Amino acid sequence: MTLLGWLQIAALFLAVLVTVKPLGLYMARVFNGESTFISPLLAPVEAGFYRLSGVDPKREQGWLAYTLAMLAFSLAGFLALYAILRLQAFLPYNPQGFANVPPDLAFNTAVSFLTNTNWQNYAGEATMSHFSQMAGLTVQNFVSAATGMAIAVALTRAFARSKAATLGNFWVDLTRATLYVLLPLAIVTALVFVAMGLPQTLDASVTATTLDGGQQVISLGPIASQEAIKQLGTNGGGFFNANAAHPFENPTALSNLLNIFAMLWISTALVYSFGQMVGDRRQGWALLAAIAVLLIAGVGIIYWAESQGNPILTALGLDAGGGNMEGKEVRFGQSASALYAAVTTGLSDGGVNAMHGSFTGLGGLVPMFLIQLGEVLPGGVGSGLYGLLVFALLAVFVAGLMVGRTPEFLGKKIEGREMKYAMLAVLILPTVILGFTAISAMLPVAVASIGTAGPHGLSEILYAFTSAAGNNGSAFGGLSGNTLWYNSTLAITMLLGRFAYAVPVLAIAGSLAAKTKTPASGGTFPTHTPLFVGLLVGIILILGGLQFFPALALGPIVEHFAMLAGQTF
Amino acid sequence: MSIEQSPAAPLRRPGLLDPAILGPATLSAFIKLDPRQLVRNPVIFVTEVVAALVTALFLRDLLAGNAPGFSGQIAAWLWFTVLFATFAEAVAEGRGKAQADSLRRTRSELSARRLSTDGASSETVPATALKLGDVVVVEAGELIPGDGEVIEGIASVNESAVTGESAPVIRESGGDRSAVTGGTQVLSDRLVIRITAAPGLGFVDRMIALIEGAKRQKTPNEIALSILLSGLTLIFLIAVVTLWGLAGYSGTLLSVTVLAALLVTLIPTTIGGLLSAIGIAGMDRLVRFNVIATSGRAVEAAGDVDTLLLDKTGTITFGNRMATDFLPVNGVSGTSLAEAALLSSLADQTPEGRSIVALASGDYGVPTPAAQPDAVIAFTAETRLSGVDMGERRIRKGAVEAVLRFAGVTAIAAPAEFSAAVDRIARSGGTPLAVADGERLLGVIHLKDVVKPGIKERFAQMRAMGIRTVMVTGDNPVTAAAIASEAGVDDYLAQATPEDKLAFIRKEQEGGRLIAMCGDGTNDAPALAQADVGVAMQTGTQAAREAANMVDLDSSPTKLIEIVEIGKQLLMTRGALTTFSIANDVAKYFAIIPALFITTYPSLAALNIMGLASPQSAILSAVIFNALIIVALIPLALKGVTYRPVGAAALLRRNLFLYGFGGLLLPFIGIKLVDLAVTALHLV
Amino acid sequence: MIQHLRPAFVMTALFTLLLGLAYPLGITSLAQAVMPNAAQGSLIRRDGAVVGSQLIGQATTSPRYFWPRPSATAPDPYNASASSGANLGPTSAKLAERVKSDIERLHTAGIAGPLPADAATASGSGLDPHISPAFARAQIARVARERGMTEAQLSDLVGRVEEGRLLGFIGEPRVNVLRLNLALDAMKS
Repeated sequence: MTLLGWLQIAALFLAVLVTVKPLGLYMARVFNGESTFISPLLAPVEAGFYRLSGVDPKREQGWLAYTLAMLAFSLAGFLALYAILRLQAFLPYNPQGFANVPPDLAFNTAVSFLTNTNWQNYAGEATMSHFSQMAGLTVQNFVSAATGMAIAVALTRAFARSKAATLGNFWVDLTRATLYVLLPLAIVTALVFVAMGLPQTLDASVTATTLDGGQQVISLGPIASQEAIKQLGTNGGGFFNANAAHPFENPTALSNLLNIFAMLWISTALVYSFGQMVGDRRQGWALLAAIAVLLIAGVGIIYWAESQGNPILTALGLDAGGGNMEGKEVRFGQSASALYAAVTTGLSDGGVNAMHGSFTGLGGLVPMFLIQLGEVLPGGVGSGLYGLLVFALLAVFVAGLMVGRTPEFLGKKIEGREMKYAMLAVLILPTVILGFTAISAMLPVAVASIGTAGPHGLSEILYAFTSAAGNNGSAFGGLSGNTLWYNSTLAITMLLGRFAYAVPVLAIAGSLAAKTKTPASGGTFPTHTPLFVGLLVGIILILGGLQFFPALALGPIVEHFAMLAGQTF
Repeated sequence: MSIEQSPAAPLRRPGLLDPAILGPATLSAFIKLDPRQLVRNPVIFVTEVVAALVTALFLRDLLAGNAPGFSGQIAAWLWFTVLFATFAEAVAEGRGKAQADSLRRTRSELSARRLSTDGASSETVPATALKLGDVVVVEAGELIPGDGEVIEGIASVNESAVTGESAPVIRESGGDRSAVTGGTQVLSDRLVIRITAAPGLGFVDRMIALIEGAKRQKTPNEIALSILLSGLTLIFLIAVVTLWGLAGYSGTLLSVTVLAALLVTLIPTTIGGLLSAIGIAGMDRLVRFNVIATSGRAVEAAGDVDTLLLDKTGTITFGNRMATDFLPVNGVSGTSLAEAALLSSLADQTPEGRSIVALASGDYGVPTPAAQPDAVIAFTAETRLSGVDMGERRIRKGAVEAVLRFAGVTAIAAPAEFSAAVDRIARSGGTPLAVADGERLLGVIHLKDVVKPGIKERFAQMRAMGIRTVMVTGDNPVTAAAIASEAGVDDYLAQATPEDKLAFIRKEQEGGRLIAMCGDGTNDAPALAQADVGVAMQTGTQAAREAANMVDLDSSPTKLIEIVEIGKQLLMTRGALTTFSIANDVAKYFAIIPALFITTYPSLAALNIMGLASPQSAILSAVIFNALIIVALIPLALKGVTYRPVGAAALLRRNLFLYGFGGLLLPFIGIKLVDLAVTALHLV
Repeated sequence: MIQHLRPAFVMTALFTLLLGLAYPLGITSLAQAVMPNAAQGSLIRRDGAVVGSQLIGQATTSPRYFWPRPSATAPDPYNASASSGANLGPTSAKLAERVKSDIERLHTAGIAGPLPADAATASGSGLDPHISPAFARAQIARVARERGMTEAQLSDLVGRVEEGRLLGFIGEPRVNVLRLNLALDAMKS
């Protein structure tokens, strides 16, 4: 670890810190239905969307209607994407002449992008036509993020309102999130990306004659436009197999920082919007503080672990000074790789600029653990906020009793109904992650897919289901996931990770919105103090993470000790 | 009705861990092992199932001739875990049972003298045969057969069987003291009572049921907490079951016994085992304070109260006005005014009169005159003044206008000094009493409502706790404002009618606040019913007692404050033990996980940071610690965590440190100590 | 549910048109018009022929050139149409073997002592265009020998091609192998 490395990390967090407020306030305006500086341009488009789809933007929905609308839209998105992938050979913009995507892979991929996971059981440059990348994947990159934002905003309104029957209109929130937030930011980011060197062309590839006299076919495509929304929407699905390690996705250290900034910005700003919309910005800052504590700790551990290098390779004659460079790019080194790894997993982004599977034991444990904590640091666009609020509810409930009152969060009493749905949501992650991992670990056909034997193999399986359940999408790449078993089980995991979490959250929103907002008093549990931040961090670690400790002990922790002992598998 | 019925013994209040309770509780702890009962408590139910499973495996090993010392010990401690939990509940119930038993004695074999509908004749019937609306006669020495309302007569009644208070109380028809309770004894005179509660549904019956916890239903907060605990149990069940598969990957075959041990130590058995004991003990604490709650829900609501509606009289002030100052006019000396005031009040036996005498002879040192007055003029509603004639002196005190009229002075002609004094007193919320000797105005007595000492500090504490106090009074706004500011209440409701109270409560509730109030009159009933916590006085009317969700047997309006504190303490105890229980898990992982995999991965020994002797001793120690901590915390569960009237932030800081950090660290030390003992005793 | 189906499908269609076609095609036209070089992949041409992209590493095995890092792409190293890392775990025996053989190869090529960490590890993309300055310097002796140049000349060249941290703290010092080799070729002529 070096001071310069930490300076780079600090600079990124500082940039996010100072820009959270303007975007947070802007988004609060957008979701409060107020007009913004780009309304003159977008309002007609917005109105056209409503007219054509027969939506009355003035009519609000109760939690059930909101949920059904969200599910209907997800279904439509799934069908559209599945159809595009299955038919890509017959569709335009296919200069490479790629064949149709096989059914199980198309199913897995459609679910993956629909759920904002972007787990990729394929190599983009060798599988997907430009049309599939643009009209299929890019579209879901936008709208799956907008769907997450809509759900988060619905939950926010539940706290902001008193005795309300409705949570807003899903179609309006979806449309406004896309038109007013994601699209403008994506356009600007995409152009900056091109300036930084990301290609943006409809050509398939260019062939170079190398200095050695060989032929190098360099894949190209409309990369910048997809990268922009991949990060802004915390999707993470790369144009290329190597994702953001690929120089065309992430050519420089500066583009790397912009990548990380782009994925963090909306998610953190949305937390600020939350504070603004519930009428107490300190709440937003408190949640952000809890996120920062855990995320920076995560960066620190990865950075430290990776800088130590791999003693097995050191023993073979590599200089330990450069750290563990396997799977990493020279232009990023340890600091920028650690930063990217922690942020992409604390968020549910899932893009990678270094291969997590080649990290050291502890360096690989942290990204996995950050996902297992529930993708709340600050999590995916929208989904992170609502996941974090579920934890806040739990924290308030467990410790809130200690001030001698029925626990309440932001003036809403937390009672049996909320606890029931919160526990349902919290249960889904350990159930699918540990359940499928345990089954796969015992199933020969599943074990056959692993890339590295020994405890690392278990880590690969565990990471895959962790990533799918957390809708992250990053991988311990050694696992060959493009098999019937993993294509189907990972798809189920992604669906449950998204919808079995989101539906209870909306039910909580419905229940909370209907409650009277109790004014705060000296007897109210304070939820904006450093004490609450500490408590929230503790609850996230204990309720979100502790149940994974045995599994982690058998995977990365054992591997860490094995690595120190120079043991290979 | 048989006269030889012995008066019921006063209510018995057992100590915290009374040996007389522990015996039956131990027996009851075993009875509670019945799975049909335990299923209500998911955490402990799972523990029991697991204990049974491990026992079966132990027996299988035993029959197979293996040496199952380890699984036998694990099984035993798992059973202890369940037993300690049922024992905690039994102890909490046992304390109530002792009280219930003494209450039940009051009901045994009661009979009643029922009047016929025309009132001409009476017949003796068993109390159980009484119906709603029956009219019975009870005479001195007899026990009242059921709850009812006095419709005729006045009598002193010994209610110690219910309240524990031996001083008799007066019960009379009409007014606010008409309610009588079945099982109490009439000491003097004769009462005619209309029965208002069907047999088995009376006050004492309800009280017994509540104290025994027989009809105890989970409160909303308990339900929410149970959901959390069940959810955690499920999560850890998944973590443990899947561990079998995860371990299988590396070729480790985990035994069911160690998985069972891991599961039971991880699930929140501490709070799961103590949860119902905490609830029962909370009700019990209230009973010790001589307050009966009709539901646990009401106790919880008490902790949540945002606004206390307090009657001025009796709660904030002593309830009668007292003389605090003499303001002489026309050059009269303070002493002569005091003397005149004293003389005028000599025959005045009202509290106000007595306070004037006390002030004059105390602060002003006026001696009691030797001479008797020639005539005593008593206060009447028409004259509105009283006084004495003594020789030449015709001393009068009374309402200002009345005294002016007596002195033959018009209000306009009254000396400016006099009018100023009257005004000043009125503005400060006091009552001016004018004093005259014949035609000569001597001065003004300042009467005021005296605020109870210490009440202001009490309200300041309430404010720190985030509770708003609102004083309710029939006084005019000026008087109310003055007393409100002196007592330090946050708000007041002046010239309040019962309708005003009801409207005020509704308005506060609209804003999301929870309201507590107390009352005793029939016209308080609607407000008592509307309030989230309504405390009726035991001396109050039946209507008030029915409408309220708590009854204060001491009939002390100040109780409301203690009730709130008890409610808060109950919730705090629950929260503290939940936090403690969850925080405990960290240490248990560090004890058990390395122990499970040490043979496959010897390097995991690095996680054995407690340095436990062997894998088996580590697992056993964690299980033993997990069981013993339940017993160790029973006293805390029954007594409740220490409550301090400070703000929520300070409370949280203290409790989070104590039970959060404490819960994190204590098991590391505890498990290590148990491990040392286990190793020293060669248990494994 | 039924009443939600119309907006669901209509909106999906509208979003596909707007975000799936208008947005990427619009960005493409704009990028091609304003920044054609970057938009086409920052290609490097020599004598009119494309020799590679300055962002993409290429396999140079001739001892006359500086070598890049090992690449794990399939079927050949530096396959720019199938990016991939090795994805081997830190305790992988395969990884240890591969690193060992790479170290031996480099030792045979005359590079002595502990090797820079990037010299024998595969990058995440398999297309890493850079090597560390230390790895570049370690190769100077060999290239100088092969090309008949002085080490000082090459040291000077590496120094010129080497890129530092942006603003002194962003990124890592690095040497773009293709640019270095092109500069090397340019020196000869």
